[in-house]
Amino acid sequence: MVEVTLWGSLSAVAGGKAKHEIEAKDIRELFRKLAEQYPGIEPWIDRGIAVAIDGTIYRDTWSKELPEGAEIFLLPRLAGG
Amino acid sequence: MNFDPRYSGRNFSSVGTRPVRPDGVDKVTGRARYGADFNMAGQLVGRILRSPHAHAVIKSIDTSKAEKLAGVKAVITAKDLPDLTDGDAAMYDILDNCMARKKALYDGHAVAAVAAIDARTARQALKLIEVDYEVLPHVTDVDEAAQHHAPLINDQVYTEGLEEKPAKPSNVTKRTQFGHGDVHKGFAEADFIVERSFKTEQTHQGYIEPHACVASVNPDGTAELWVCTQGHFVYRQHCAQLLGLEASKLRVTSSEIGGGFGGKTHVWAEPVALALSRKAGRPVKLVMTRDEVFRASGPTSATSIDVKIGARKDGTITAAEATLRYSCGPYAGSWAEIGAMTAFACYKLENVKTVGYEVLVNRPKTAAYRAPSAPMAAFAVESAVDELAKELGMDAVDFRIKNAAQEGTRSSYGPIYGPIGIGPTLEAVKSHPHMKAPLKANQGRGMACGFWFNFGGQTCTDLNIGMDGTVSLAVGTVDVGGSRASLSLVAAEELGIDYSNVKAIVADTSSLGYNDMTDGSRGTFSSSMATISAARNAIKILKDRAAQMWDIPVEDVTWEKGHAIAKGEKYGNLSPLSLKDIAAKSGTTGGPIAGHSELVADGAGVSFATHICDVEVDPETGSTRVIRYTVVQDAGKAVHPTYVEGQYQGGAAQGIGWALNEEYIYGKDGRLQNAGFLDYRIPVCSDLPMIDTQILEIPNPNHPYGVRGVGETSIVPPLAAIANAVSNAVGVRMTHIPMSPPRILAALEAEREG
Repeated sequence: MVEVTLWGSLSAVAGGKAKHEIEAKDIRELFRKLAEQYPGIEPWIDRGIAVAIDGTIYRDTWSKELPEGAEIFLLPRLAGG
Repeated sequence: MNFDPRYSGRNFSSVGTRPVRPDGVDKVTGRARYGADFNMAGQLVGRILRSPHAHAVIKSIDTSKAEKLAGVKAVITAKDLPDLTDGDAAMYDILDNCMARKKALYDGHAVAAVAAIDARTARQALKLIEVDYEVLPHVTDVDEAAQHHAPLINDQVYTEGLEEKPAKPSNVTKRTQFGHGDVHKGFAEADFIVERSFKTEQTHQGYIEPHACVASVNPDGTAELWVCTQGHFVYRQHCAQLLGLEASKLRVTSSEIGGGFGGKTHVWAEPVALALSRKAGRPVKLVMTRDEVFRASGPTSATSIDVKIGARKDGTITAAEATLRYSCGPYAGSWAEIGAMTAFACYKLENVKTVGYEVLVNRPKTAAYRAPSAPMAAFAVESAVDELAKELGMDAVDFRIKNAAQEGTRSSYGPIYGPIGIGPTLEAVKSHPHMKAPLKANQGRGMACGFWFNFGGQTCTDLNIGMDGTVSLAVGTVDVGGSRASLSLVAAEELGIDYSNVKAIVADTSSLGYNDMTDGSRGTFSSSMATISAARNAIKILKDRAAQMWDIPVEDVTWEKGHAIAKGEKYGNLSPLSLKDIAAKSGTTGGPIAGHSELVADGAGVSFATHICDVEVDPETGSTRVIRYTVVQDAGKAVHPTYVEGQYQGGAAQGIGWALNEEYIYGKDGRLQNAGFLDYRIPVCSDLPMIDTQILEIPNPNHPYGVRGVGETSIVPPLAAIANAVSNAVGVRMTHIPMSPPRILAALEAEREG
């Protein structure tokens, strides 16, 4: 079980809650379970969500494991120059 | 990904040295081939007809006269680029931006295009195309566009991110919010509060090379595109999707690039060139004029930002809040969102809240510009931080040091920081001789901090060892700032050979697996990770070949300093085999030796910089001259320090132009008034002092060598550092960028009049 924090706008489509307890072993499972629980999140996942695990931002490595007790934070997937 | 990216703390032989760049001679002798330097047999000249109106319905387009003109081989409109985006809203916007479908949404929006045997004929043909417009009310100012009575640019847009869907459409496409704590409580605890509003005008990246391409579509469905881009694989995906081509049949080759800075991260005219070639049955060369680059490529946002920061008497910030409105052009974007994330990222804050609003305006489609959105937010925040330090009676650097984020701080955008460099850059600035140098009359000094995320992405690399022992390195990230040199250094380091024996190239899309584009300061970070991985894979093969040559088990072979070593006393009489020795025998030990790598380079380290700037302002004319400038930035590890310094200097130079001169100026008719370098003035050498640099190296734990990105962060602090310097020089807080002479004189006059 990991605690996931959603950024402000995303929490609006997740029942208005910023913090969620999710049973997920990696980013892929986290996204799947969030989408099952809150279908409104799916378009956001399609557009891109980055996952910060203990401060390190992962954008594409959906196989990245979510360690027990790690700080998991969801962020918009950013553009760069 | 079977690759361990963790930082290993190794010593380096090649990395950190400063060899001559491999593309240098071609560039200084004019042999390097840029976008417009490529030609194909039988090619036609492409030209685009653009809307003279800021906002207009396209009632009809009559191309018949143009089609009849001798020498014209194809004329296209939006009908020749049907919508194949299958509900992908972002791609639809790119398609509509390439060729307007129902409405022209800004001055310069493409409405038709021709391919002709020469430029003169093409220009004549454009004049013969008749477009019937119904001109609509327009809006170009970000604050005006956000008002409920503003002309609607897209009546299907309802603001996202609100608790309830609004009843009416508006130009505000999205609201985003970040932060933590309770800002009301924090402000109640403050002894001093600074609250100000700031504006920044729209600027262009100002790359010297205009967008240029040569497109050739064959009747069998294969196609070629030679193009100036930051990401040829992404251009292939975009063009293939928009034209209904198979990606594998479209071969895209990236030319040398004369600057991109985010502006060459998505397609603008390339699908038009391909559509013209498909219709004409001949290759088409399409090169934008400078006027077109300004009017119809992707500048950054204009912004309007409100900032409020409170602190206790002891200098501790108790609360910080910002509301940021960023223009997006006529299509939805996430530019204010990035500004809202980066605004307070330098600081350790218990109570922080930022809200971003994305605003549609009748201007060109906003594109990324080097650390997109961060410089404007930093300008507003760092100006207010400076002002608050003054109210507290604290030194500006000490105030920032007291409140700087550290490892373990919860960032203003959410996650907790790992090892970061904001504190060390501030300490370096505090002890830098620049801070103690005397100033004369009318001169002022300012400093400011900046933050950028950096990121990685999909990356693929091939490393081939020739039979003579030299190495070809094929990468898929476009070299925008010297990455062929830095990646050659990395390959040399990992293999244990000399830099001169490695030759790096940027491979085309048919020769290598997919690569994300060179953006987010990822070129050297990502491709060096893939190069290390590829080199390690090649070393496995080299060890196997050495084992064959010695006829010993491969488990008994190690790789040290470019040589295979047979380990153990029983092999005492076996001399080490060099990479060259092994390569020479490769034909009889199993064939070519190569290392390949495909990976997602995630885990890029965030980056911080602190800049110091001295200016002199002429109080009679309002003209400002930067007389000294110093950049201090964390690089993680500087692979090629000269090019890292070049990135620091380049960011500062662009920031100086942005802060003092550059702006898009629109007339009341919604047309751009200064679409050329004579009227839109970027800095030239004589405008700039020598920009001093200091590289700090706080290793990124998620890269084997500790590399962070370095390309973007250097443009984040300059607007604020220069604004603080000018404000200190003239004694008036400057709140509007650019601080052009008329704006400085107006601020001085307003101050005099009280």
